[in-house]
Amino acid sequence: MPKKNLNPEQQKYQQLQKQHELKRPVLMNCIRAFWVGGLICMIGQAITYFYIYFFNFTEQTAGNPTVATLIFIVMLLTGFGIYDHLGQFGGAGSAVPVTGFGNAVISAAIEHRSEGYVLGVGGNIFKLAGSVIVFGTFSAFVVALIKTIIGMIGG
Amino acid sequence: MLTGKHTWVFNNRPVILSTGVTGGPFEANGHLADDFDILHDDLYMGKETYEKAHQFLLEEAVGKVMEKRQMTKDDIQFFLAGDLINQITPSSFAASTHGIPYLGLFGACSTSMEGLALSAFIVNYDGAEYVITGASSHNAAVEKQFRYPTEYGGQKPPTAQWTVTGAGAALVGKNKGQDENHPCITSATIGKVIDMGLSDPFNMGGAMAPAAADTIIKHLQDLKLEPDHYDLIVTGDLGRIGQKAALDYMEQQGVKLDPQKFRDCGLMIYTEDQEVFSGASGPGCSAAVFYGHLLKRMKQGEFKRILVVATGALLSPLSFQQGQSIPCIAHAVAVEYKNT
Repeated sequence: MPKKNLNPEQQKYQQLQKQHELKRPVLMNCIRAFWVGGLICMIGQAITYFYIYFFNFTEQTAGNPTVATLIFIVMLLTGFGIYDHLGQFGGAGSAVPVTGFGNAVISAAIEHRSEGYVLGVGGNIFKLAGSVIVFGTFSAFVVALIKTIIGMIGG
Repeated sequence: MLTGKHTWVFNNRPVILSTGVTGGPFEANGHLADDFDILHDDLYMGKETYEKAHQFLLEEAVGKVMEKRQMTKDDIQFFLAGDLINQITPSSFAASTHGIPYLGLFGACSTSMEGLALSAFIVNYDGAEYVITGASSHNAAVEKQFRYPTEYGGQKPPTAQWTVTGAGAALVGKNKGQDENHPCITSATIGKVIDMGLSDPFNMGGAMAPAAADTIIKHLQDLKLEPDHYDLIVTGDLGRIGQKAALDYMEQQGVKLDPQKFRDCGLMIYTEDQEVFSGASGPGCSAAVFYGHLLKRMKQGEFKRILVVATGALLSPLSFQQGQSIPCIAHAVAVEYKNT
């Protein structure tokens, strides 16, 4: 990003600073993300089977109650102050599954309740998750458009 | 008296008559828990919001300062304070509670020494007999404003720092031959804003180090001193990265400091087991560590002369989102204690 127009003194200092900067433990983070993310997905799979075997859901319809259950669990974990520690440990592993999305929404709601329900909770609940929704919807639209066009040309 | 380019020498040697230091639950588990006057076991401290708790920390610290000297607000002429929250409301609201004529300061985490330098200046030149100065921060309130919600599970990099929940306040008074009993403020150097083009808000120490180095070098040059004049040169919140970068940067400029005598408040307050990444930060960090811990050690005779260099990153959430780099500042105050 704003790396442009550095004067020689700034460049010299940044080089010096780089030597002391602590690096992110990328490999360790990847391993942790793999396990944490995998564990969350495994729990999700177990919940799906639970709904299929004990209730009248099929593999296609069990998705919705599974997501709702996971988000309910995350709501409790966020409210009790556990999920942020899991996030620090698991990184992308706990951020990418639906639980990460739930945590982003719920934590913002908790944080801003001091400003009231309308301007605080209502106005800020999608502060972090909003961009996921905006760009998620937009990219789905683009992909659908491409699929339709290819279908029309090819078909 | 202005000496050199940017340094004040206080010939009347104003004294720090008493201090008040408050902290939160994380600090209570830290290394310096014994040096706090009041510690809370809950981040809300019985208030409805973190911002009110933030204000309460400073109110209590100021109350403690007056209580220790058996003074009331009517004995104090001025109150100088600041913090990190938008429009420094916690400090201003605390000033409203105590009803002492007030000057609000913003120097980010350098506010503690900005306030002490100005208080000493006012008292030295008979502008007041007693001035209280303070700085404070609250982890959750600061995180909310500058970063993410408290319970959000984002992963922080190892360069990040942990904002201290705490406040430190000091009563600066005229020296009536009290050199023997109280630490004296002998000089102060006002720093300039330095921007080395770093823009990572999760690496404040690295960005602030050149500002600290510049102020220390200027202070030594202005007063024609060698670094070993001070028993300890202590920075506010450079953390692990900033401290090493500052040492190296000063060495490049031809000023070699003894690493044993160059410490950082941000590396003193917590224990090794506490997960604070590169160290502590926040206006409350240098205020609590200096007013609580270091002055105590001075009184025990461990140090005679200390130079406190509080460092501040003058960014806002808006400025870094707009891609601006982080301008930084540092102010130095020299304190002396003749107890032997």
